[in-house]
Amino acid sequence: MNLHEYQGKSLLESFGVKIQKGYTASTPEEATEAAKKLQSETGTEWFVIKAQIHAGGRGKGTVTETGSRGVVLAKSLDEVPEKAKAILGGHLVTAQTSKEGKKVNKIYIAQDVYYPGDNEPEEYYMSVLMNRQTGRNMIMYSPEGGVDIETVAEKTPEKIFTEEIDPKVGIQAFQARKVAFNLGLSGQAFKEMTKFVVSLYKAYEGIDASMFEINPVLKTSDDQIMAVDSKVTVDNNALFRHKDIAEMRDKTEEDPTEVEAGEVGLNYVKLDGNVGCMVNGAGLAMATMDIIKLSGGNPANFLDVGGTADAKRVEQAFRIILKDGSVKAILVNIFGGIVRCDRVAQGVVDAYKNIGDIDIPIIVRLQGTNAEEAKKLIDDSGLAVHSAITLQEAADNVKAVV
Amino acid sequence: MSVLVNKDSKVIVQGFTGSEGTFHAEQMIEYGTNVVGGVTPGKGGQKHLDKPVFNTVSDAVKETGADVSIIFVPPAFAADAIMEAAEGGIKVIVTITEGIPVNDMVKVKEYISDKGCTLIGPNCPGVITAEEAKVGIMPGFIFKKGTVGIVSKSGTLTYEAVDQTTKAGLGQTTAIGIGGDPIIGTTTLEAIKLLMADDETKGIIMIGEIGGQLEVEAARWIKENGTKPVVGFIAGETAPKGRTMGHAGAIVSGEEESAQAKKRIMKECGIHVVDSPAEIGKTMAEALK
Repeated sequence: MNLHEYQGKSLLESFGVKIQKGYTASTPEEATEAAKKLQSETGTEWFVIKAQIHAGGRGKGTVTETGSRGVVLAKSLDEVPEKAKAILGGHLVTAQTSKEGKKVNKIYIAQDVYYPGDNEPEEYYMSVLMNRQTGRNMIMYSPEGGVDIETVAEKTPEKIFTEEIDPKVGIQAFQARKVAFNLGLSGQAFKEMTKFVVSLYKAYEGIDASMFEINPVLKTSDDQIMAVDSKVTVDNNALFRHKDIAEMRDKTEEDPTEVEAGEVGLNYVKLDGNVGCMVNGAGLAMATMDIIKLSGGNPANFLDVGGTADAKRVEQAFRIILKDGSVKAILVNIFGGIVRCDRVAQGVVDAYKNIGDIDIPIIVRLQGTNAEEAKKLIDDSGLAVHSAITLQEAADNVKAVV
Repeated sequence: MSVLVNKDSKVIVQGFTGSEGTFHAEQMIEYGTNVVGGVTPGKGGQKHLDKPVFNTVSDAVKETGADVSIIFVPPAFAADAIMEAAEGGIKVIVTITEGIPVNDMVKVKEYISDKGCTLIGPNCPGVITAEEAKVGIMPGFIFKKGTVGIVSKSGTLTYEAVDQTTKAGLGQTTAIGIGGDPIIGTTTLEAIKLLMADDETKGIIMIGEIGGQLEVEAARWIKENGTKPVVGFIAGETAPKGRTMGHAGAIVSGEEESAQAKKRIMKECGIHVVDSPAEIGKTMAEALK
């Protein structure tokens, strides 16, 4: 589950990570209130207004309706409401969104942390993630902050450092010092960085995150180290022990059909194609998408109905797939192991009758337990459903209808 | 010889008296698996499916000599169950449970690393040696004793490969479902090594999916050390980047984790790569000619 910047920052702060402070607002009036509060607390003269959407590249992104950037600077309290208005309610298009962009329901009014002082402010990159090669968490960091890290990795890989954490003992002080040395820090900033790194890692474990990306981590002109942005992804499987974080889920950021599917326990991902599919098992579901492509179609979705493909689930799954207007055919692919194929077939027949006017071809491939009975059930139903037993037959059927 | 489990394996079921544990224990017994008992904390001393129930894995091992365990414990308690099995002296720990938090598995992997055990899974269909022992949730009737070993991240794709190899008259030695989570106990490479060393196994089917580097790691090893034909399939060529496709580990985070990249490297390493899973059985039969 992805979090907004403001949600991620509040979690980081609760673990002692220093952050660029701010408050959220949903209207220009609230934005002014937030800015005033921020001014009295931090003394900031300027304000950074940031769109809160689940996508990166906001600073370079454009709000379709107004032409405003997704992150803007207000150089006085007076400028806040107008600049907030130009972002709120608009659709922000960035390199990571679709071309329609994402609707901005909330903005974050943050303090200006790039104020002048004894030193030049400097930006670094830091992320925490699990290294799948070793099965351990690691901190990845670079002195090249505030820019696209993939470009840094490609052009100057020597500027990317990693520090792996031993799960037996957790993060150690020497590791935090190594990070600070590699970033070229000394004095007060060095001390602040070691504290930052340790707190950040503790937050990662503490909230069961699966990814932290802090870009940039800022060294201010007076040598403070703080998180200016936060991209936080939480492990869905661990949400059962973090009720407070589970409540932070913003369903407006997700595809409404995916949300609906999730509520009835179906694992559904919407894609751009024209052939819908319903499959048991994630691996077979992906393979079925691949088969659709090989047969000349394009998969319209990923859908795993799981181990209990009974009549009710089959009907729910059909209804979800049919919500997508671009679907021109549906391929049902079930390998009946514990699930009996004849039951699934009955489910397909019932769903077809219950839903009524399904006017697109449906191909049902049932293999495994009672596959022959299932094929007969479908063939005898009188419905416009094509049945198949082998994968190859199903693929040929798809080819015939697309 | 087969690998990991056989007719002499003494199997206990953790989460024995729950609905999943009960259903699949019955199926395993019916297949002929030597299930010697189970563990449900607080129900020690009872009988379930005519087998003894124990409070702890240690008790079960002491009383029955069990060397294999299968875990059906819910995700919140599954990491604990794996560690208990490892500490209790179980040699092969098969974890079916789906949805274990990743950070729990980071700790488990470290904890079991010096316990001399093999973890299969989590989030997998288990391990089966055809016509000897089923330690998993796969439909037993599709398997036939034969010569093909299978390593797979996916349950239903394993069944697909089994069905096709059975119909091609090849049959199977052992099928190992390694699971689709980001952290798993036995990697593709480790499973491949077991099957390469097994005399009865003449050919190997390797089924992978998008995400991670396991198939690439195995392919590079096969190139240098392989002694048997390997047929490979990678699911998810049409999966979009950055989206999780059902399995928690099935997500393309970088170009090298895509199906296309994996298949290219596998081909370079001499693996018979199929683009359609419908061709797995046929391709294996030809490779074994």
